[in-house]
Amino acid sequence: MNTTTTAAPMGDKKFSVSVASRTNYMVLGFGILVLIVLAVFPVFGGTPWTRRLVDFFTLLALAQFWNLMLGYAGLISVGQQGYIGIGSYTLWLFADVLHINPFIGVIFAAIGGAIIALPSAALVFKLKGGYLAIGTWVIAEVLRLIVANIKRTGGGSGITIQAATKLGTEVRVPGTYWWGLGVAVIAIGVTYFLLRSRTGLALEAIRDNDLAAESSGVNLWRTKLYTYIIAGAGCAMVGAIVAIHLLRVQPAAAFSINWTAYILFITVIGGVGTIEGPVIGTVIYFVLRETTSKYGEWYFIVLGLLAIVVTVWSPRGLYGYVVRKTNFFLFPLQRKLYYEGERKKRKSVAAESGEAAG
Amino acid sequence: MDWLNAATQGILLGGLYALFAVGLSLVFGTMRLTNLAHGDLTILPAYVALMVVNALRFNPFYSIPITMVIMFVFGYLLQRGLLNAIVKTGDVNGVIVTFGISIVLQNALLLGFTANSQGLDAGTVENLSIKINDRLAVGWLPLIIFLMSLVVITVLQIFMGRTKMGRAFRAVSDDQEAARLMGINNKHIWAVAMGVALLIVTIGGVMMAIRTTFDPLLGSQRLIYAFEAVVIGGMGSAWGTLLGGIILGLAQTLGAQAFGSAWSILVGHVVFVVILALRPQGFLAKTVTS
Amino acid sequence: MSLLEITDASVYYEDFQALYDINLTVEEGEIFACIGANGAGKSTMLKTVSGVLTPRRGTILFDGQPIDHMQPHKRVEMGISMVPEGRRVFPSLTVQENLIIGAYRGRPGPWTTDAVYELFPLLEPLKKRQASGLSGGEQQALAIGRSLMSNPRLILMDEVSLGLAPVVIKRIYDAFPTLLESGCTIFVVEQDVQHVLTVASHVACFLEGRIALQGKPSELTNEQITAAYFGV
Repeated sequence: MNTTTTAAPMGDKKFSVSVASRTNYMVLGFGILVLIVLAVFPVFGGTPWTRRLVDFFTLLALAQFWNLMLGYAGLISVGQQGYIGIGSYTLWLFADVLHINPFIGVIFAAIGGAIIALPSAALVFKLKGGYLAIGTWVIAEVLRLIVANIKRTGGGSGITIQAATKLGTEVRVPGTYWWGLGVAVIAIGVTYFLLRSRTGLALEAIRDNDLAAESSGVNLWRTKLYTYIIAGAGCAMVGAIVAIHLLRVQPAAAFSINWTAYILFITVIGGVGTIEGPVIGTVIYFVLRETTSKYGEWYFIVLGLLAIVVTVWSPRGLYGYVVRKTNFFLFPLQRKLYYEGERKKRKSVAAESGEAAG
Repeated sequence: MDWLNAATQGILLGGLYALFAVGLSLVFGTMRLTNLAHGDLTILPAYVALMVVNALRFNPFYSIPITMVIMFVFGYLLQRGLLNAIVKTGDVNGVIVTFGISIVLQNALLLGFTANSQGLDAGTVENLSIKINDRLAVGWLPLIIFLMSLVVITVLQIFMGRTKMGRAFRAVSDDQEAARLMGINNKHIWAVAMGVALLIVTIGGVMMAIRTTFDPLLGSQRLIYAFEAVVIGGMGSAWGTLLGGIILGLAQTLGAQAFGSAWSILVGHVVFVVILALRPQGFLAKTVTS
Repeated sequence: MSLLEITDASVYYEDFQALYDINLTVEEGEIFACIGANGAGKSTMLKTVSGVLTPRRGTILFDGQPIDHMQPHKRVEMGISMVPEGRRVFPSLTVQENLIIGAYRGRPGPWTTDAVYELFPLLEPLKKRQASGLSGGEQQALAIGRSLMSNPRLILMDEVSLGLAPVVIKRIYDAFPTLLESGCTIFVVEQDVQHVLTVASHVACFLEGRIALQGKPSELTNEQITAAYFGV
């Protein structure tokens, strides 16, 4: 985390480049505290809230992986539901057919997602931009149809995860909670690590310009591939956790485009290209869900309209708007240039993460 | 159904897919916008036609021209009022906004009309078929739809190749900044392009609504078929889109014939995937590099 | 009344100021040249006149009418046409179609496709060829012809000699008198200083976003121009 380099004096002023300001370190400390509280939550939080948080963490993880694909590799996917579904069914496979502990099954679901992602990438990468997006949707549909047509999986009506029911609520709820928290932390961690790396910086600066990316020494194809596989594995993990959480898998739900709708909404409202964005987006999404979801269609109309409005008027999302006004990041991704004695002033060298995000 | 019948159905189905696909391709070609709401915009005219028919109490076929005009205006306003703002701002915004429109449209239709299947009643003509020989009968309506796709694509080619506005479409598609410098109002051209695209899908959308049932959630599948037809046929070629539609239609109907109807859509996807893997540029792709 | 009057114009790219308080007048019927090193602001000046950019401060009067915030396509209607840097012909359109598109706004005047072919005979055999298949010199002739088709009163040329062989450049400059005769005023931006000074009636030398020197080429010495160009 500490990347302070002091350069030779330029003219009269000495300057140093640092990622984090003093406030950021305070936030880091606070963040670790929050993490500890979250880790022990199931012990005292009660089942309903623990279950709600499972929903929260899984959605947050999905949004972060989507954010990673877009921000790091420039990939737009509207097909992550394919991996969520595959993760759910892989979990069922390992838990009910191969009789492996469901919580270990989650790891196999991640591997399953990665295995599917590889050939999918080879196909989908032949397309570009919006058409690549639809391509990812087709892949998800193919997976859904294959699964729905196999009788053994329960076909269109789905199947119960017996191994999960056998666990009992006292084991299952905390178990899914910790896995949920885990995958969210992994998602944030991987995103942060990758976006902060040299490659990440280079990619942010030259976002849509493939030629510039290649000539700066970045292997674009490989970067896209690894990112897509990571996201596939991550979303499959989420699918597995959700399967245990809900005790049931069903093609229409597991492979539903609604997953993408939630992810898009969260990432857009919160802001693409930052790590805090999806967190804020997930919070806003949950508030909306708790207050309006009983109104069914209106709920989705509100989600859709908000996403449209935010994209058109504040493409950096709501968090991006805040960032633009205060130039402050909780998860610092920029290097900042400080002149000696001016540490408080926080003049940012790189374009705001928002601008670079395209 | 036997193989010959299945093949004929597949080819005719291709005409329908082409009618859906050409609009998607036109919008992408003119303004590099991938419209994820495109499928839902093929369902919307069915509901508009339903309202027109209920209001004016006549045969759904007569509602087609009226619905075309309404959809053209809707497309023009949608583009000019909303989509123009994000056209130049990158692929992501286009995907997000059009996805948002898709969600809003589907749910608005659900609110207004429920999820129940609806139909447009045109009387007996819906089921009329032409008997070619003992084993082959061709539905009158599917045949009309196919012929309409030929007409539409021919008219579109003439429009693009020989009219002032068509030339403007191509110029804007080539280089939108240079087009402005030649006096072309891009905002207007893009809006007309969207209007024309919706005009075209109205033909297919309403005729399908007469032929079979429709509901608010059909749009996603239609988007995917349109997309597959465009990719198989080759981007930038309207006749290619027809070819793509036919290949997709054949894959679906022959797949149903071979494996049962439950597998028909999957076979279509598999054929698409194979073509994407082996010939990603499609069969009749037209690309011009400057 | 001058054809084009630019007063105290300042132009920005986002936060970066590219032009500082530019004052410039172009009279009808003259050839006005902007010269200067790369990045000096001359192309920015042209883009501001054509409408691709708008000045944050200052005014631009064309024929007495303020056009500083007018959309580019409307300016074509008024009689301003730009031959953009890099030619920017429409690659998928044929030569003939490129020319016809130039007449999109339908301004009346002497220029027709035949007139353009007469001016640039090399284009005639290429009528049906797609513009992407033309050489640099052919594309440049096409780009100029395309602009002429809008029957402009003011034609803006952005570095038309860039990347072209001397014989091709000469062909372009030889066409200038015909342009003037047709009622066109020429506002040209060039890096090739020597050539353009032989035809220009007025020159402005840009340096770091400002005009360092302005006047008639006949009244300016080589030393003055070099000094203004390089800022020494």
